[in-house]
Amino acid sequence: MTSAGPLAAVGEVGKGFIQERSSDTLPCQADSGKLFCFDWAREHIDRYGTPTVEHLELVLFSVAIGFAVAFALALLAHRRRWLQPPLLAATGVLFTIPSIAFFFLLLPITGRGRDTAIIALAVYTLQIIYRNTMTGLANVPAPIKEAARGMGMTERQILWRVELRLATPEIVAGLQIATVSTVAIATLAVFAGGGGLGQPLYASINFSTNIILAGGIAFLMAIAFGLVLFGVQRLLTPWRRAA
Amino acid sequence: MIGAALSPAPLASIEGAIEFILSPQNSNVTGGKKVGGFDQVVELAVNQIELTLLALALSLLVALPIGLYLGHRGTGELFATVIGNAGRAVPELALIAFMATAIGVGVLNLTIALAVLGVPPILANTFVGIHQVDRASVDAARGIGMTEFEVLRKVEIPLAIPTIFAGIRGATIAIVATATIAPLAGVLTLGDFIINQNVYGDNGVLAGAIVVALLALALEFSLAGLQRLLTSRGLKLSSA
Repeated sequence: MTSAGPLAAVGEVGKGFIQERSSDTLPCQADSGKLFCFDWAREHIDRYGTPTVEHLELVLFSVAIGFAVAFALALLAHRRRWLQPPLLAATGVLFTIPSIAFFFLLLPITGRGRDTAIIALAVYTLQIIYRNTMTGLANVPAPIKEAARGMGMTERQILWRVELRLATPEIVAGLQIATVSTVAIATLAVFAGGGGLGQPLYASINFSTNIILAGGIAFLMAIAFGLVLFGVQRLLTPWRRAA
Repeated sequence: MIGAALSPAPLASIEGAIEFILSPQNSNVTGGKKVGGFDQVVELAVNQIELTLLALALSLLVALPIGLYLGHRGTGELFATVIGNAGRAVPELALIAFMATAIGVGVLNLTIALAVLGVPPILANTFVGIHQVDRASVDAARGIGMTEFEVLRKVEIPLAIPTIFAGIRGATIAIVATATIAPLAGVLTLGDFIINQNVYGDNGVLAGAIVVALLALALEFSLAGLQRLLTSRGLKLSSA
């Protein structure tokens, strides 16, 4: 503990938890006074490559699974209305359980690792996507559905060609919120052994250059996802721009 | 117990976790000192609640006035949206660690870092809630001679309570969830069981996860109840 950073104090409070994990002792790393060390960053930026890819995978897999399940549940609840209150409550409970707790609730079942992290993150996204999809479907004006019926559309056609299209803004908005939050929360996957950007972040958690790099990549990834989905929403709803 | 001390238990079990919550257990690294048990669970849960309330208070202090002001004026929609979206993108682990290098570890660090999580939903929902109040109601209130402040206090806020409160609920859940990693920055919460697996063992980790989940759910349900109490009776009738 020669290069004790500010967080090293936790070592005593938290019963020997923070340890010096990184083996390299670069001069800049030892200098805790420096906020950001450009030389170190330039030389070591490549070590964030793999964690960034892992992070992307965590997010993409969990949001894709979350979306598939939530979307299916929403369609089901749309047809069978009595399912709506229990599904809202169930997804709400799952959403309320903190992801970091969920990682470890799965411990006896799936153990540690990436799958556990993906399941927990997917569960977290369920309610956001489910609720937004239901809101979108509920907001479709009844006269429009009447008109579709009048044109001879079947219920299935009305759902896929009218209701879901008009609900697209809310659905994509839900996807956006879910994705952006998941990018941020996925940094905690390291506690479940799930890798991602939390890995390098946590490995030298006293080194501010490392914190800024790992945290910054995660932050920018979240913002990028947000912007991309914003673009997707605009692309999928051309009628909104005409208005 | 010697065998258990040499090789860590392979996986946690629900029974083990419940035992851990109810009574102190042996640990591999504390030199005979027992860990866990109901007293410690309660102590750490209280810490977590206190930290959550502190951070929530700070977020309210920051977000409510801004949200009320912008919502009442009807300006700054972009500002509220950007803050709301950027807030979601902040990785808390990095923020807490970064602030530890800047201002050190402890309650102040965590209160600020967790408040960063609480401000966006409260600000966004307060803005939307106030902004969405029917302009006709506001004009009517002005017409009967209310001052701007009275309009806000007697008309806009009561009508916006459900939306504002939804924001506060969201903020509270996010804060209490993230307060789980507070032990990293020197405040012992229930997350200590989860993060310090070497001290508490896998059963302790599972126990921590269970208690954290229960705590978050308990908070969510009490806030839902509180929201029902705070919603003006007229609003409840009209939505029924």
